[in-house]
Amino acid sequence: MNMIQAINSAMDVMMARDPGVIVMGEDVGYFGGVFRATAGLQAKYGKTRVFDTPITEIGIIGVSIGMGAYGLRPVPEIQFADYIYPALDQLVSEAARLRYRSDGEFTAPITVRSPFGGGIFGGQTHSQSPEGIFTHVSGLKTVIPSTPYDAKGLLIAAIEDNDPTIFFEPKRIYNGPFNGNWDAPAANWSKHPAGEVPTGYYKIPLGKAAVVRSGEAVTMLAYGTMVHVCLQVVADTGIDAEIIDLRTLVPLDIEAIEESVKKTGRCLIVHEATRTGGFGAELSALVQERCFYHLEAPVERVTGFDTPYPHSLEWAYFPGPVRIGMALKKILKD
Amino acid sequence: MADAARSNLPPLALHVPEPKYRPGDTVDFSDVEVPPAGSARRPDTAEDARNFTDLVYTMVRVLDDENRAVGPWDPKLSPDTLRRMLRHMATVRAFDERMFRAQRQGKTSFYMKSMGEEAVAVPQAYALDADDMCFPSYRQQGLLIARGCPMVDMMNQIYSNRGDKLQGKQLPIMYSEKRFGFFSISGNLATQYPQAVGWAMASASRGDTRIAATWCGEGSTAEGDFHSALTFATVYRAPVIFNVVNNQWAISSFSGFAGAEATTFAARAVGYGIAGLRVDGNDALAVYAATLWAAERARTNAGPTLIEHFTYRAEGHSTSDDPTQYRSAGEPTAWPLGDPIRRLKDHLITLGEWSEERQAAMDKDVADEVKAAQKEAEKNGILGHGLLQSLDTLFDGVFEEMPWHLREQRAQMLAEETESGRPWDRKK
Repeated sequence: MNMIQAINSAMDVMMARDPGVIVMGEDVGYFGGVFRATAGLQAKYGKTRVFDTPITEIGIIGVSIGMGAYGLRPVPEIQFADYIYPALDQLVSEAARLRYRSDGEFTAPITVRSPFGGGIFGGQTHSQSPEGIFTHVSGLKTVIPSTPYDAKGLLIAAIEDNDPTIFFEPKRIYNGPFNGNWDAPAANWSKHPAGEVPTGYYKIPLGKAAVVRSGEAVTMLAYGTMVHVCLQVVADTGIDAEIIDLRTLVPLDIEAIEESVKKTGRCLIVHEATRTGGFGAELSALVQERCFYHLEAPVERVTGFDTPYPHSLEWAYFPGPVRIGMALKKILKD
Repeated sequence: MADAARSNLPPLALHVPEPKYRPGDTVDFSDVEVPPAGSARRPDTAEDARNFTDLVYTMVRVLDDENRAVGPWDPKLSPDTLRRMLRHMATVRAFDERMFRAQRQGKTSFYMKSMGEEAVAVPQAYALDADDMCFPSYRQQGLLIARGCPMVDMMNQIYSNRGDKLQGKQLPIMYSEKRFGFFSISGNLATQYPQAVGWAMASASRGDTRIAATWCGEGSTAEGDFHSALTFATVYRAPVIFNVVNNQWAISSFSGFAGAEATTFAARAVGYGIAGLRVDGNDALAVYAATLWAAERARTNAGPTLIEHFTYRAEGHSTSDDPTQYRSAGEPTAWPLGDPIRRLKDHLITLGEWSEERQAAMDKDVADEVKAAQKEAEKNGILGHGLLQSLDTLFDGVFEEMPWHLREQRAQMLAEETESGRPWDRKK
């Protein structure tokens, strides 16, 4: 399966298991979503469980919260993560705090799916990585898969979770892993072990990172598309890096990070989102606080730039193998 | 700036609304259109919303100038029901009075009265079923009072004391009472609107029979949430009642800043194809009748209704507000729709079912009840006496299960407290 099919399969499995699971969003019904992630679900589960919505993100999230408060498990789709901003108040002030402010009388067990990230010539409005906004909010969980297998297992866990979850799907690797070079097509997941996805139910717990490559020289912390770019850099340079796919940013698997950095003594953080105030800053601070006496070089960050995502120059913006390779060389210099 | 070539065009002018009266002005509300009681027709609840758009520009009124109930909207409630309703409205006023004073005495940080608007929430609680779900704003405590929520519980919340089941996590009056079908109140305005629609849609999708109702002020109809909610509600024909409490003032901004100069708030419904009613919000019978009508419409899958309750906020916005700074002191008494409690009382007297003596006795009774509840609640402490919550509850409920970073921060906070030499109670 590719990642879209895996995500579709996760919703299929959960809709079959739980009549409270509702899928809604712009174009998700009859058409099956602009990325086809919800294809076939309406035909299978009916129009009252899988339906199109008006183009109002505040409405989509606000309505989902109400449905969640009723006792359903809505899985709303925001067509592109760039369009999540109109819904920000409902997510930040409402979904995130509902449990806290009502002492658990009301909860918002919603899973907001949204394709995110660049590398598809999407310009400023189809390329952003807004995860840092959500990791900053108390009460939200943020999940970002990097493989079809993980995507399905994590999405099932998110739907079953009783807290509101932001589930960002790295659309650049929807169809296959990607090496980070602008002129390279995405590979095909069918030839990749992580493309082997069981059709039935399984889940990957939120808050558990994956060590996707063991190594001794440096720890690379990444998620989503960047996991694959990091793997490419390691293949190209032969550096014996340990690559950790964080999978969920909140809750974060701090043990996996600590264990790895204490072993390697060096840490490179890679994400596509803009740099200032990004999640990489949080990771860098955590590593510094917890592993300082084990560090042999300053913690480095490779990120997107602090500009809007440019259209024609997107590959200059994208943190590709060259930028990551330069940072690795700098870290390993001493 | 306009260039010289176009200088023969008349200059454009920006209109900035201004209320008619400011502090010191003499008030004259004679231009407020108040149609005669009984003059608004009552369509069948199954009627297409487009067939009675006239009702969004007039006003459903039942009580006439002689305090009689007249016209097609007269709900013909029994005297017993009317007396209970009156008592609940009086209770809200007495409750407000005491809690307002409690705030002034430093017993809590904040309070909001609904003086002058008691006919909005209380009769609506009577018209809705007990298990219909309410998504209120902050001035509908009448729902809780009428649905039988113990006043002690409400006061515990206001005092953020040991009896506050919300553990002092919410601003006073931001109740959450699931057992009384009362959704957790948010301070962000109109966010409850799409949530109510979602709840109603969920109820419909599960073949339930319960409906949802939600409230916002006229000022917050400007919020995007309001319009998103109406769009969703009309698209899916959600069984929901939208209430816009037009009390004329959003803190210091008069209703003109939400568009009242151009049209009515009930007319917002027209563009969405939603049934709209404009109701005399100080007329308990009209409010009851309109709500019952809207509830029947929702319950029979005929769709949502928007009700504008035309009323007046007789007091400040909150204990942090001083209305004498921005409006004429004469407004509340000059308001042409009168006092909602007095109107219902006079109606009962006209019916021969009540008297000034009984009213006075009831008022005393209600005041005693509120006083007793306050005494009881204060046994659990008051906010003014310091922090009464167990310290470690601060981290409860952020997530269902506490992740490591919150456990660490909690440990840090407890260590800090120990270090301070004045440790608070720990959770039992």
